[in-house]
Amino acid sequence: MFKLFEPNKIFKITSKAPKYVLFLFIIVLSIGLVEALVLSPEDYKQSDAVRIMYVHVPAAWISLGIFSSITFLSISGFVFRNKNFFLISKSLAPSGFVFNIIALVTGSIWGKPTWGTWWAWDARITSMLILALFYAMYLIAWRVYNEEERVYKISTFITILGIINVPIIKYSVDWWNTLHQPASINILSKTSIHSSMLYPLLIMTAAFALFSLLIFLMKYNTELIKIKNKGLDRL
Amino acid sequence: MINELFFMNGYAVYVLSAFSFTLISFLGLYLITKIQFVREQNKFVAKFGSLTTRQANSAKSQRINKEILANATNN
Repeated sequence: MFKLFEPNKIFKITSKAPKYVLFLFIIVLSIGLVEALVLSPEDYKQSDAVRIMYVHVPAAWISLGIFSSITFLSISGFVFRNKNFFLISKSLAPSGFVFNIIALVTGSIWGKPTWGTWWAWDARITSMLILALFYAMYLIAWRVYNEEERVYKISTFITILGIINVPIIKYSVDWWNTLHQPASINILSKTSIHSSMLYPLLIMTAAFALFSLLIFLMKYNTELIKIKNKGLDRL
Repeated sequence: MINELFFMNGYAVYVLSAFSFTLISFLGLYLITKIQFVREQNKFVAKFGSLTTRQANSAKSQRINKEILANATNN
């Protein structure tokens, strides 16, 4: 089954896809921005400061999702002895890291009007900062080590250590007394957010997901060309 | 309407800076990734140009190499 997704076979698709994804991203982002900044209502408690949620929450969700995917793919790379999994992981990491930074910075900006401080060493915020450090270590590992097998092992080790932090981030608001509010959206139980705020949030999440797909495709194509460049050297 | 958007009950400075930071980060990441892609593509084309006919034919036997060259000329 994995042969169907071999880089040589899918390059035709991955090289053409970015322009369509970019087009779709611009459309969805435009709709999301109008919804988030103009059409969605203000909150009865936080007033218009609540609009920061439309960039903060999707960025946090996607950075967590990407890190989980990187871990899963890195482990699968070892289990199935498939280098392509490592290549996909490496290509996903930059957008995951940037989303993590966006979540931290926008969270800090949101903290000032709601909590009265830019930063607190609160469980949720600190665990998100730790995730950013794991992302940074993962990206640095790929830059520092040139030997394939070694970088596969080290980067996978970093993701395995980092994934322990993901459930801590998720449940930090339940396990400890934190400034951060508990989750408003639950897949398994009733969501406490009104549809007038939920839809803009979902549209912005779709836009952010499209952006990470766009960056992934561009990065993946770059990595493939890099490999082919090395191949030309060997001719 | 425009006044509301730029005032936001006094929270505009926070809301707009959060959105601006996000969009600037997007633009920055997109540009960096695009530059890296174009650089690798140009490197590939330059290397391919310096191959002998026999080496070029051998490289062209791989479909992906032909795709990279075709994309580079289209862009």
